Amino acid sequence: MAELKEELKGKIIEVLNLEDVAVEDIQDDDALFGDGLGLDSIDALELIVLMDKEYGIKLSDPKQGKSIFQSVQTMADYIAANRTK
Amino acid sequence: MHTTSFITKTVHVHDASIKVGDQVVYEGEKDEPFAIFAKQAFKYLEVDYPKFYKMDALSKMAFLGAEYILQSEEKEGLALVLANRSGSLDTDVRHQQSIQDTTNIFPSPATFVYTLSNICLGEISIRHQLQTENAFFVFEEYPADFMQKYADYLLVSAKAKRVLCGWVEYFQEKYRAVLYLVDQNGQKPHTTENINELFES
Repeated sequence: MAELKEELKGKIIEVLNLEDVAVEDIQDDDALFGDGLGLDSIDALELIVLMDKEYGIKLSDPKQGKSIFQSVQTMADYIAANRTK
Repeated sequence: MHTTSFITKTVHVHDASIKVGDQVVYEGEKDEPFAIFAKQAFKYLEVDYPKFYKMDALSKMAFLGAEYILQSEEKEGLALVLANRSGSLDTDVRHQQSIQDTTNIFPSPATFVYTLSNICLGEISIRHQLQTENAFFVFEEYPADFMQKYADYLLVSAKAKRVLCGWVEYFQEKYRAVLYLVDQNGQKPHTTENINELFES
């Protein structure tokens, strides 16, 4: 799980072009939206694409996103339980 | 329609260089990729604005031009009127490439949102909190006469107090921006001849 979370942090930084953010700057429970990393709605769409492309997870219910994308920890938990690749 | 308007300030962005008026204010390495030039020119400004890194090349160039020319300028009532030749074609191509392989389609939403050239006006407006008139036109060459009339119309009809006009062309590493501020007070008359002169330098 620790490895997955580190990998996820790296992919989030890369995909979302978080220029001045390093893997070690992101805590597992930091909020991804709002006061945390300050991601926006387009970033949310990029995260949905990332889940599909990298882990074979298709999110069909938008309501799921709010809980899955709370933090790196919640994303990693969901990926670990649902990944197909 | 006749108004007395003036070109008060200019900025040129091309060949890894940014010039405000006649003064080079930032110079990168010749032939360096635009992405590196834009990133360094932005960092040189020491502005905390992470959204810059998410923009496409056209928006980055327009944003940088606006950032340099609007330093110390009054932004209230500032309208934006820009033009270019390629529209958003550079980003259109990148988006198209991401959907080319029908067995591996993962288009990026962050790329897709920039497949409209007028998005760069939105980026400038958000940055400077402008809620004013803006327009983006696609022409083969800079339409000096048309832009002069359009900017003067905005001023004479009191739709704007000043206008940021210009050309922001980017396609596959070939780029050039020429922006200028038009105001009701100044020294250099806002004439077609003087506009064309900006593109000769």
